[in-house]
Amino acid sequence: MQITPFLAFDADPFDPFAALRRLRSDAARGIPASDRAGAFPAVNLWQGADSIAVTAEIPGIAPADIDITVHDDRVVISGERRPPEAAEDAVWLRRERAYGKFSRAIRLPYRVDPDRVEARFHDGVLKIELQRPEADKPRRIRIASA
Amino acid sequence: MSTEVRETEETTAAEPVRGDRDTPVFRPRADIREGKGGVTLTLEMPGVGPDGVDIDLDRRVLTIRGRGRVTQPEGFRQVYAEYAEGDYERVFTLSEEIDEAAIRAGMANGVLTLELPRAEAAKPRRIEVRAG
Repeated sequence: MQITPFLAFDADPFDPFAALRRLRSDAARGIPASDRAGAFPAVNLWQGADSIAVTAEIPGIAPADIDITVHDDRVVISGERRPPEAAEDAVWLRRERAYGKFSRAIRLPYRVDPDRVEARFHDGVLKIELQRPEADKPRRIRIASA
Repeated sequence: MSTEVRETEETTAAEPVRGDRDTPVFRPRADIREGKGGVTLTLEMPGVGPDGVDIDLDRRVLTIRGRGRVTQPEGFRQVYAEYAEGDYERVFTLSEEIDEAAIRAGMANGVLTLELPRAEAAKPRRIEVRAG
């Protein structure tokens, strides 16, 4: 299993996406995605208000063959892409697609609520929306005037 | 007998190029298998729905285009990217005639499956030799 750390908590604990944005600027400098990760499936991350979305391209898999597990600040996408059934006499002329089991763990910028996860799979694209637990949301503290 | 499926390299960009929709155009990964009746081609085009595929066979030149849908979760902004989305295009040259009317295409979970049956004339035939 590949574990992809996305974050080293740094100067600004209230902007947990800062590390991600730096990674993104690496992408903007033209470093090919495949060199940076090389992991399957490739993922994109999205920031919302106290929520995170993970999208991934997994063409050729049935939704029932995808497993998503969420624990603390980690989401694991795993599954199996089954090779197509071919006649005995069939000959491969070209084989570029990959089959078999895969598993990828993604570390998120913060803990997420495992009970509020929504996943959709449409035309080979997986979209997972995860919410920050209410208790973990940063709070602004006002200083009372004396 | 073998059906050769060649890629028409000069019209297929390995690097994404800008399409007319101002989106990148990718070359989809392909599997090609050959059986008795013809050739089966599968192409990975995540983000393309059944109505986003355009298949064109001109003599022996097979052009496949897919129109990708852009995933933009509502209320989110992108903070990290490992893959880009766009359209797809790939061109193949077939070495023999395909029965165009009998081509079957199916799109499921972002994968296009194309069944290309050989034209009757191209199928090998057994010629019986009768005693005279």
